[in-house]
Amino acid sequence: MEMLETFAAHYNYFITIFLMISGLFIVIARGNLIKKLVGLSLFQTSVYLLYLTPAKILGGTAPIYDESYKLYSNPLPHVLMLTAIVVGVATLSLGLALVVRIKEAYGTVEEDEIFAKDPEAE
Amino acid sequence: MNALSWGAAEPHLPILVVVIPLVGALLTTFLRNGFLAWLVATLVAFTLPFITIHLLLTVLETGQPITYKIGNWEAPFGIVYRVDQLSGYVLSVIAIIGAVIMPFARRSVVAEIDERARSWYYTMYLLCLAGLLGIVITGDAFNAFVFLEVSSLATYVLIALGKNRRALLAAYQYLIMGTIGATLYVVGVGLLYVVTGTLNFDDMASRLSAAIVDPGQRNAVVTALGFMVVGLSLKLALFPMHMWLPNAYAYAPSFATAFLAGTATKAAIYLLVRVVFSVFGVGMTLENLPIGEVVIVLSIAAMFLASISAVFETNAKRMLAYSSVAQIGYITLGIAIANQAGLTGSLAHIANHAVMKTALFLALGAVFYRVGSVLYDDISGIGRKMPLTMAAFAIAGLGLMGTPGTAGFISKWYLAVAAIDDGMYSVVFLIVASSLISVVYIGRITEVVWFREPSKAAAQAKEAPLSMLIPLWLLAFATVYLGFDTRATVGTASEAAKVLLEGVR
Repeated sequence: MEMLETFAAHYNYFITIFLMISGLFIVIARGNLIKKLVGLSLFQTSVYLLYLTPAKILGGTAPIYDESYKLYSNPLPHVLMLTAIVVGVATLSLGLALVVRIKEAYGTVEEDEIFAKDPEAE
Repeated sequence: MNALSWGAAEPHLPILVVVIPLVGALLTTFLRNGFLAWLVATLVAFTLPFITIHLLLTVLETGQPITYKIGNWEAPFGIVYRVDQLSGYVLSVIAIIGAVIMPFARRSVVAEIDERARSWYYTMYLLCLAGLLGIVITGDAFNAFVFLEVSSLATYVLIALGKNRRALLAAYQYLIMGTIGATLYVVGVGLLYVVTGTLNFDDMASRLSAAIVDPGQRNAVVTALGFMVVGLSLKLALFPMHMWLPNAYAYAPSFATAFLAGTATKAAIYLLVRVVFSVFGVGMTLENLPIGEVVIVLSIAAMFLASISAVFETNAKRMLAYSSVAQIGYITLGIAIANQAGLTGSLAHIANHAVMKTALFLALGAVFYRVGSVLYDDISGIGRKMPLTMAAFAIAGLGLMGTPGTAGFISKWYLAVAAIDDGMYSVVFLIVASSLISVVYIGRITEVVWFREPSKAAAQAKEAPLSMLIPLWLLAFATVYLGFDTRATVGTASEAAKVLLEGVR
């Protein structure tokens, strides 16, 4: 019962951890270069949730300085995650661009086939 | 240099360290001409050391850190840039290496990069430089992450532009590992932010003292430390998280390799030192947790296993890349021992290794420029055709082994003293033993380039152009000079170590 309560009170964190681990697992377990990038993106996305969970206050508004509002959500983590999203987009697009070039050079995006063609690249 | 008058710019120098290369990067994107872009990049790169050295000297003179409030927002709320003994020192190392290699860049880039990509190449170089300097100068944990990614993204491009198709794969693998490393770091920052409510390093440090005692928060703090140490270890290529490094250095264009080998891992090492010592305080991290012991074991493993890989390598650039992993092992060893001599040795080795390794990679870049390959079979006997280049290579190689009278000896000496101070006599033996392995791999390439008959490719080569020889010999000369006059390296490093160890609790 107590465990269930912990889970219910912190379910955001459990989702975060689940996303983080599955993202990392995809990066390690998949040999397809595109799928690896999908995993990497998932891994980065889980961090957004980690930052936003403690920042969101139930019933809180945007931090508007006015007498009629008493409860604010902290804007800083939201801003930080905007930056992190930009970083994530840049990383993903650069990664995909590299995969396009790898496909042109090797004719495949499967890691084992690439290493079969070019054993020293490993 | 302190006599230099900066006038109205004086209070804004810390921000200019980052703004100048960023503006330079913007300028080079508009110049569609490789030569003009090189001119801008050179101008930028030569301005930066004057600023960073001026900042460092000011800090050393007054003993007080320089803080710069961006947008004039007060410290814990806004982002501050902070130059203290440690960051001023690492900034100067990065800026000096970034400037010295610029004369080398022009011909090397023309030879190795497609014409339409040349000006972009300098854009990426300046972005990388801005990112690395930003990591070191910022006093804000999240800002450091952003700069980490700015420099990393630029680095991936710099590597991917290598002529060999393996460069693409190396860049891809580095992108995956680098992103995982940076993300782990930012997870750690997030946990610390939840506990302390601040991102400012100083503010974090003062609030962590209370959080560590609180049993409800202690676990979060320890987890954060684990995430940050592992993430940064990936970025700095601590053994066994170094797998991305050998290929990345081997297949990147010569200029990129020379630049990255001297600077990129050093910025990550700086961030690790900043986090472990200034934020957590070494007493909490290294005594109650086995992180110190783990890092010592991994460092020693790096010193041996990476050196042995280097011995059996037949690609000269990959050989030096493995040697870099081993040398990073020396640096992290001193950090993990965490006493005055150990930190001094490690920090001094940041500069010494940067000088020696950049010289070695510049020499190989010059060979690649003339021969078009750095495989042992192709460069055998090249010493007879390019004696000046390979003589400089030999001097820097002697430094790498730790021969007395060179820079490498100084840092290893301090590391050995640190191990004796802590009663770890076996570590002293291991430092000496691993140095002997470096004698083997440097000896092997020396045999190849000097004592074998010139290969077909090497027989047609001639001495490298002057624009390549000048930076190379400057660094080779510095290898010897820093082995005798250690005021700049050991002097500054011991000041920085003193300040770092004051933060211990």
